[in-house]
Amino acid sequence: VLTYNRMVVGGLADEDVDRLFHALADGTRRDILDRCIRGEPSVSRLADVYPMSFAAVQKHVAVLERAGLVTKERRGREQLVHTDGDAVGRARRVLDELETAWRGRVERMADLLAQVPKNEPSTGHVR
Amino acid sequence: MSVVSVEKDYDSLSLILVAEFDAPIERVWQLWADPRQLERWWGPPTYPATVEKHDLVAGGEVTYLMTGPGGETSRGWWRVTSVDPPSSLEFADGFANQDGTPNADMPTIAVQMRLTEHDGGTRMELRFSFDSDEHMELLERRGTLDVIPQSVGQIDALLAADMKT
Repeated sequence: VLTYNRMVVGGLADEDVDRLFHALADGTRRDILDRCIRGEPSVSRLADVYPMSFAAVQKHVAVLERAGLVTKERRGREQLVHTDGDAVGRARRVLDELETAWRGRVERMADLLAQVPKNEPSTGHVR
Repeated sequence: MSVVSVEKDYDSLSLILVAEFDAPIERVWQLWADPRQLERWWGPPTYPATVEKHDLVAGGEVTYLMTGPGGETSRGWWRVTSVDPPSSLEFADGFANQDGTPNADMPTIAVQMRLTEHDGGTRMELRFSFDSDEHMELLERRGTLDVIPQSVGQIDALLAADMKT
């Protein structure tokens, strides 16, 4: 029987650790978790992937949910499964990355414009 | 001075960038319209772009390849929605698989580019937006970056705890 040191396991209580281990101990659940990290599958879409019943997939999702690894969200007739995260924080990063990329592009455009063009472009579409 | 303003809307996931150049509008247009010029600014120096296909007409496609410092490549494409030389260009910018087909797993960005004459130079306005369905997907995918270190951290902690028993 394993006993865990609570201090080491970042504040997780024994039962939380058990749930997490239990959730990750199964290959199907690890695969489901992986799909939820990459996308936002619905329970029925997951059920199409595995050779098992909808109810069985739903049970696996419930185990992951109890371990705090995924969250279910009803959207219309579907139940979407996703990993937790701060959507606003992500949106911020997405736009910040886009801004950084385009600031770099604009800077390079300005550098090119500052150079004297060597020859007239041959494939332009100015009519 | 190039970039004069950047406005970001985190709710609708859109961004508007305005830049001003000390060059005539036709010259700025050529940065987009001439593939050899486009590839000189599209990728950063560490990831230079090679434009393969450049069909700048409505419904046309632009495809490019970017090569990283280790020789790794990534591919992208534009699907051109409208072109009005030398003042506007609209396209969807997306990722491609290694064989050049659009990668449906990655989000596309709608880009609207407008050029206007301004103070003897050119003003360029760029509007970026994410498709709302793809926007959700994108956010989830970005979640990968957040969730992996967190789960790895948890597993490490668990293994460390395990070792002590």
